[in-house]
Amino acid sequence: MKPKRRRLYFVLFGMATLGVAAALVLSAFQDNLVFFYSPSDLAERQVEPGRRLRLGGLVEAGSVQRDGSTVHFTVTDLAQTVQVSFTGILPDLFREGQGVVTEGTVQRDGSFLASDVLAKHDETYLPKEVADALKASGQWRDGAENQALEGSEGTAQ
Amino acid sequence: MANLHRFANPNRFLRLSRAILPWSASLTVLLFIVGLYFALFASPADYQQGETVRIMYVHVPSAWIAMLCYSVMAAASATALIWRHPLADITARAAAPIGAGFTLIVLATGSLWGKPMWGTWWVWDARLTSVLILFFLYLGHIALSRAFDDPTRGARAAAVLALVGFVNVPIIKFSVDWWNTLHQPASVSRLAAPAIDPAMLRPLLLMALAFTAYFVTLLLLRIRAELTSRKIRALQLAQASAE
Repeated sequence: MKPKRRRLYFVLFGMATLGVAAALVLSAFQDNLVFFYSPSDLAERQVEPGRRLRLGGLVEAGSVQRDGSTVHFTVTDLAQTVQVSFTGILPDLFREGQGVVTEGTVQRDGSFLASDVLAKHDETYLPKEVADALKASGQWRDGAENQALEGSEGTAQ
Repeated sequence: MANLHRFANPNRFLRLSRAILPWSASLTVLLFIVGLYFALFASPADYQQGETVRIMYVHVPSAWIAMLCYSVMAAASATALIWRHPLADITARAAAPIGAGFTLIVLATGSLWGKPMWGTWWVWDARLTSVLILFFLYLGHIALSRAFDDPTRGARAAAVLALVGFVNVPIIKFSVDWWNTLHQPASVSRLAAPAIDPAMLRPLLLMALAFTAYFVTLLLLRIRAELTSRKIRALQLAQASAE
């Protein structure tokens, strides 16, 4: 075999091995690479109270209640829900029906005490007029709903 | 004579790049003027993010170029390792600082975008972390390729690093699909139609073309500079040995 050919096979074999190794490592660390748990994950796992974790999902429409500087709302993945309370400044994008990632601890009563709230938006970009027109004509399919559905599919794997 | 033979191809590259450079440079300027006009003035604000969405027109193209540049570097490194083409090592060496620059732009603009929209400068989710690793891969490549007294040894070590690090490129691309992340999934390159309005897709694609032309111009310039500095070194060595 010519040296060039040998080096070509060596590089190809090396890259293939590396790819397989990376795939194995990443699938082994699957749980640790997840940025947040969905309410369904939380219900499945029976997390002990007091452990810090991130909970993500949609802010359920009509669930936001303000109590002084504390906000109570429900995070849902359209299958399970978790009650969240948070004291502090919410990001601008925080609103009902919008994606959200909260960091905090599970309480004894199963509710979630958040110390941080981050807004998560989806990949849809639209001018305001177009969004309004779609909503007015009834063709609006909420991007946040898609996101939650995709999210729950992702965690089901 | 063997040395002269090695320069045969680079000389052809020098002629070719001299012909391309004026065109790619003027195309860069033109595309940036048109692209920035559409990005900053002739495009609507987003229905949720408002004017902040304009950060996308810099953030997304530089992310694309950061990954394109790494792919160019990895392809050049493979060519250098397998076929020992003299231009390939030089291309990889010239590409690394460009890629590091674009990756830094992605990280900085992403951070500036994340604070008002998500409510945080930085999170350790899979997308952000893998892009940070890309940045460190570029820095490692720059350091390693210049760490040896014998430039060919440095180039070989750096080429291996570039190839190993290439595993990270698909991870960056698919991180938002494989794991749940704070970063949203792809808007443009997906199986369904782009989830982005045509009025906002236009400036994005114009800026992507502008960034690509800019990348080509920078890469050609840097390869030419590297070739010239190697010629100077070769001449100095020849002179020193003649004395």
